[in-house]
Amino acid sequence: MKQNRQSQWKKALQTWQLYIFILPAFLYFLIFHYFPMYGVLIAFKNYVPTMGVWGSEWVGFQHFTDFFDSYYFWDLIRNTLGISLYSLALGFPLPILLALSLNEVKDSIFKRTVQTVTYAPHFISVVVMSGMIIAFLSPSTGMVNHFLGLFGIGPISFMTEPGWFKTVFVMSDVWQNTGWGTIIYLAALAGVDPQRHEAAIVDGATRLQRIWYINIPALIPTMIILLILNTGNLLAVGFEKILLLQNSLNMESSDVIATFVYRVGLLDAQYSFSAAVGLFNALINAALLIAVNQISKKVSETSLW
Amino acid sequence: MTGTKIKENFQDQIFLTFNRIVLCFVLLIVAYPLMYIVSASVSNPAAVNSGAMWLLPVDFTLEGYERVFGDSRIWRGYRNTLFYTVVGTLINLAVTLPAAYAMARKDFVGRNFFMAMFVITMFFSGGLIPTYLLVKSLGLVNSPWALLLPNAAAVWNIIICRTFFQVTIPQELEEAAKMDGCSVTKMFFKIVLPLSAPIIAVMALFYGVGHWNSYFNALIYLTDREWFPLQLVLRQILVLQEIGSELSGAVNGEAAANKEQIAAIIKYAVIIIATLPIIVIYPFMQRFFVKGVMIGSIKG
Repeated sequence: MKQNRQSQWKKALQTWQLYIFILPAFLYFLIFHYFPMYGVLIAFKNYVPTMGVWGSEWVGFQHFTDFFDSYYFWDLIRNTLGISLYSLALGFPLPILLALSLNEVKDSIFKRTVQTVTYAPHFISVVVMSGMIIAFLSPSTGMVNHFLGLFGIGPISFMTEPGWFKTVFVMSDVWQNTGWGTIIYLAALAGVDPQRHEAAIVDGATRLQRIWYINIPALIPTMIILLILNTGNLLAVGFEKILLLQNSLNMESSDVIATFVYRVGLLDAQYSFSAAVGLFNALINAALLIAVNQISKKVSETSLW
Repeated sequence: MTGTKIKENFQDQIFLTFNRIVLCFVLLIVAYPLMYIVSASVSNPAAVNSGAMWLLPVDFTLEGYERVFGDSRIWRGYRNTLFYTVVGTLINLAVTLPAAYAMARKDFVGRNFFMAMFVITMFFSGGLIPTYLLVKSLGLVNSPWALLLPNAAAVWNIIICRTFFQVTIPQELEEAAKMDGCSVTKMFFKIVLPLSAPIIAVMALFYGVGHWNSYFNALIYLTDREWFPLQLVLRQILVLQEIGSELSGAVNGEAAANKEQIAAIIKYAVIIIATLPIIVIYPFMQRFFVKGVMIGSIKG
């Protein structure tokens, strides 16, 4: 044991330069990630900038109970969960379907064209994306309403009717990210042993049967890992885009916990209260992630840790 | 490949045809809005607003681009974003690559500790307010450093690089170099980095696109318009619809009536101009991006 520890020290000394290599990253995470975790203490205090994090007065769970009792609490929960689950319900299966479908195309030029075009929107910035949404959905000049007009529908004021917000948000996400989401699944499909397909063809399996019995089972581990990761982000949904698309008329269905934290914390400078709301959000996220991971471990023996 | 020699049966042919139709439909849905923006940016705004322009440009005009290029906010935003992207990416690489290399070495005592420390931050963070207060107390608010330092590295990218180093740099090479008395630093700069061009390209692109597209940090940390990145200027124009007199031209009666028309063409031109650099490099870099995502997915 003693000798082992000694050799560890020797090894560490021999490679001392590696500690210099990791130093910038270590400092970065310490300062910009771990220090804010300490700063989260202000959620239990009445933070006064001049007193600092430690010096401010403790108030316990006051800010949390204030938040739970507030009249907007259930609206925020409903919107946050609503947008997340809606995103998950469409955004999760569509890349899988597209990947399965692309995988059946043997004509490589056509396949590459579809891939190149569908990946492209992923690189559009969230500001430009929001600008496009607002321009396309304008009731008087937008192309979507011109199109709907051909069928005698509309004009619909998508951005100012609360009922449309979640659909607009989720559909634009699907448009932007479905192609990009196929990459991992296509890689997993490329790893399927061709012999299994050959055997199935000899046995007279149709393409649909081969997709169902060979390709989909091959994707399941990847699907589970991505599902777990997505669940962890359930309450942290596309906050930046929501913030950009939000306006006073659609607020009723667009305000989520993250945008609320931004507004109350940074615009109204209620630091402690807002930090408490943010912490509540982060805790639920972490709990969901752990729960889904445990379930998946039991059911499928695939898990993150 | 032997399977494809067998003639597809009738059922499969129907399936393949149907599959192809679906994919063409997907292609159309994704490509059409992109095409529409390009055409709208060079068309007569009246035609765009009324719906007369539906695919190809109508009454070709470069007025939108002229106005956008005549606007000093756009130029300043462009210059600032270029600065943030270049300097930010260099900082990212300088932090990410050495850390990833250290963690890829089996003889690095403490690699599990550092790994755990980094990965925890993926799942738990102090949140927006404590981070903001930290940046404020460091005196970074309203300084360009606020856009560079708080994003100096990303855990996921460190993991991708670590995996790449583990897979591509043979252990034997490292041992041989050590035998010859090569130091860790020399090993990294003379052997590892030259062998790692693909991953460096992937990282530069991931981080670079991130800097180019980011707006939120600028929104919360910057108040001085002098330092605004392009995305924040775009937010003013595209989302807040602040066109400004410089863009819309004179303030006489006729111009005021025209303002909405002009606003439309400016918006489409601005979208193109802001996305142009990425559109230009995208076809060349696509395979690198894809490779980066795949390296990341192979091993956690």
